Amino acid sequence: MVNLVLGGALLLMMLGLASVVLAGRAGASKIVYGASALLSALVAVVGLVFLLSLAPSSTLILPIGLPWIGAHFRLDALAAFFVIVVGFGSAIISIYSIGYGRHEAEPWRVLPFYPSFIGAMLLVVIADDAFTFLLSWEVMSLLSWALVLAHHREQAVRSASLVYLIMAAMGTMALILAFGLLAGPVGGYDFDHMRSVAESPLLGAIVVILMLVGAGSKAGIVPLHVWLPQAHPAAPSQVSAMMSGIMTKVAIYGFIRVTFDLLGGAAWWMPEIVLAVGAVTAVMGVLYALMQHDLKRLLAYHTVENIGIIFIGLGLAMAFRHYDMNAAAALAMVAALFHILNHSVFKSLLFLGAGAVQNATGSRDMEEMGGLIHRMPVTSVVFLVGSIAISALPPFNGFVSEWLTFQAILLSPDLPDWGLRILTPGVGGMLALAAALAAACFVKVYGVVFLGRARSSQAKTAQEVDRWSLAAMAVLAVVCLLAGIFPGFVIDALSPVSHALVQSSMPVQTTDPWLTITPVASGRSSYNGLLVLLFIAGSASFAAWAIHRFASRGLRRAPAWDCGFVLDAPNTQYGAASFAQPIRRTFGTAVFRVVEHVSMPRPGSTAPAKFRVTMRDPVWDGFFVRIGGGVGWLADKANRLQFLTIRKYLSVVFTLLVLLLLVLTLWN
Amino acid sequence: MSTLSFDIAHLLAGGMLLVSFMMIYQTRLYALLNVFALHAVMLALSVAWQAVVQDAPHLYVTAAIALFFKAILIPGALHRIIQRMGIHRQVEQVVGTGATMLLGMGLVALSTVLMLKLTSGSDALAREDLAFALSIVLLGFLMMITRRNAVSQVVGFMSLENGLILAAAGAQGMPLVVEISVAFSVLVAFIVIGVFLFRIRERFDSVDVTVMDDFRGEKR
Repeated sequence: MVNLVLGGALLLMMLGLASVVLAGRAGASKIVYGASALLSALVAVVGLVFLLSLAPSSTLILPIGLPWIGAHFRLDALAAFFVIVVGFGSAIISIYSIGYGRHEAEPWRVLPFYPSFIGAMLLVVIADDAFTFLLSWEVMSLLSWALVLAHHREQAVRSASLVYLIMAAMGTMALILAFGLLAGPVGGYDFDHMRSVAESPLLGAIVVILMLVGAGSKAGIVPLHVWLPQAHPAAPSQVSAMMSGIMTKVAIYGFIRVTFDLLGGAAWWMPEIVLAVGAVTAVMGVLYALMQHDLKRLLAYHTVENIGIIFIGLGLAMAFRHYDMNAAAALAMVAALFHILNHSVFKSLLFLGAGAVQNATGSRDMEEMGGLIHRMPVTSVVFLVGSIAISALPPFNGFVSEWLTFQAILLSPDLPDWGLRILTPGVGGMLALAAALAAACFVKVYGVVFLGRARSSQAKTAQEVDRWSLAAMAVLAVVCLLAGIFPGFVIDALSPVSHALVQSSMPVQTTDPWLTITPVASGRSSYNGLLVLLFIAGSASFAAWAIHRFASRGLRRAPAWDCGFVLDAPNTQYGAASFAQPIRRTFGTAVFRVVEHVSMPRPGSTAPAKFRVTMRDPVWDGFFVRIGGGVGWLADKANRLQFLTIRKYLSVVFTLLVLLLLVLTLWN
Repeated sequence: MSTLSFDIAHLLAGGMLLVSFMMIYQTRLYALLNVFALHAVMLALSVAWQAVVQDAPHLYVTAAIALFFKAILIPGALHRIIQRMGIHRQVEQVVGTGATMLLGMGLVALSTVLMLKLTSGSDALAREDLAFALSIVLLGFLMMITRRNAVSQVVGFMSLENGLILAAAGAQGMPLVVEISVAFSVLVAFIVIGVFLFRIRERFDSVDVTVMDDFRGEKR
């Protein structure tokens, strides 16, 4: 089976090459995106068939790459799951792009890289030795960098892509070090060898930390997330969806592959670090998002938040596995994997919706939108579905995976380690806070973008997007709903994956009556998506009827000359900034050092009063600016080395030689 | 191996080390060249003794090469260069003799400790030989960085190379072709350096390398 996936990936890469020739012609983007959609869908079907048929892992060794190592490929349950995530997401996004790609001013800057990018992500997932993995990873990074740079004439895009390139290089370096440690002194670079070697706890901990830096920087954990909200929005919308929805998942795949599969075991304090990082990432991500009024940047920050939630699940799985609590480990793992799937679906949906809105209004600033529900009815419905899903509200899929994560957190009192027992409820609190703030954030997004009155002339004359785009978004919305109503099927499909990673699976869910899911025991907790859907549908219909019956048609009294409105200007509405103000004042003053400046004109002056908000990014200021300054300082000092005399150069070499000899003497 | 042959090998290698120290405190160029010739003679003797002990006839060739090139040809050539340049009166040293000798002793101690520790498995002759050889290499290096005149830097480099030959001779099974190639590469290096010396002198009227630093605009 692996040869089918590999073939699909290579065909996608060749499609990228072919589109170099095609790109200039009319209709090229339709062909390229259509072919990408077809190939991705086929690959996803292969992955699905593999996962459901419970086939044994299929391997392939090609005699290319490093001598004596070759290129190893392997399709197992974990790889198959991520092949589905990548293939399905790419297929839908490609269908969207068939329509959306027409608006691209310079398609030849996007088309050659787009299918190759999908192919590279697939190669990362099926790679089975360190060299192939790193090569595919690097190709993936560079292609996505080229895609970010598609609109390179804007200064913001150029600086974003530079930050991205630096972070990607740093991440890959950490990955190289991690794989070097895993390969050990004998240099076994194929994953089979790494699996068979049991590392010492300290070495394992170092590998996990390197993976947190390497894969985590690509996925966007705080404080390595800074490139993500710059680079993801800078790309064309379908690429933003691809990067946020899918590439971050490939990064998480790398983390899971190494820490759960290749690594024998890590020190006992490792799960605590992963949990803490996940919790901080979740809360910080959503707080950043609340401060944003740029729609795509806001969505990118929500990616950071959801990556945090996934890492919380992974940290719990690590903790439970460390103490041999198999059922709990399976629950946490399935929760994380389920959230990976869910986030790839609803984040793609939201980015595609944002692309549609940007296309219709010509802006990403939410303060220039409003009232789009009248002009773009279908987009507004699917965007609402995505918003509810990401806010973790039933009956959609986001709720199920976050609920499963909470169920896993509730099992933490059984852990023997006191540190984890104290830490995990705190993490649960942070997760709850993040979920609530995310809901607040999407009330803001939906209210400001789609409800109310148009804030700009373009928003007033916005047009609904084309049918391809609508169809793609509708498919994603339906998947959100189905995965939310029938989570039992997804959980059962994930059981071979969790079995491969934590040696246990969750109890079979589909045998429960009425599609209920019971993650631990029926006496403890259960959830029935269908029932909740019926209840929500019933109560919402009743509320709508009651409002129309008693409020809309009821007799109302209003001031005589106002016609219900005090002032008919769109900017008197609640805006994004005004909606976020309470939260900005509560959290922002401490975290972002938010200062609100109000300058009132002198009495009698006709100048307008001004209100200005300044905020600082604590991570950027406290971390990256200092690192940048340190590098600059060091370069300044090292610059003197360029102008030494020959004798001084020799002296430097000599001193170094003597020092190394000394180290060698003292070491042995 | 008998104690006597070991003692003689020890004596000859130790003699080389001693001559290296002599080179460090020679401030006159002619004297330096004479000591360098002595260094090469000691090397030839040492290698020849290794040939006897190891019963390896190709080492005689190495010894002959060392004697011919390093004890006679190169010192003679450098002698003529100094004469033609008229710099035989120059006295130069960046670091004082006492400090350099102390540094050299430290280096010898370091290399002895290191080598005896690292090669605890091999036989005594090779161990001692390697310890001496590393000391000689480090002393040659030290000489290169404590001298200002290009000629004495060349001499330092050559004595460093002598240390390498000594190590190679001590290690059994080193093929002749490697030694010959090393010897010839040193000769080529010598020729290149000799040519450079004249070019430097034509351009700067001196072979004092600090003049080149001044030329680069970095007077210190």
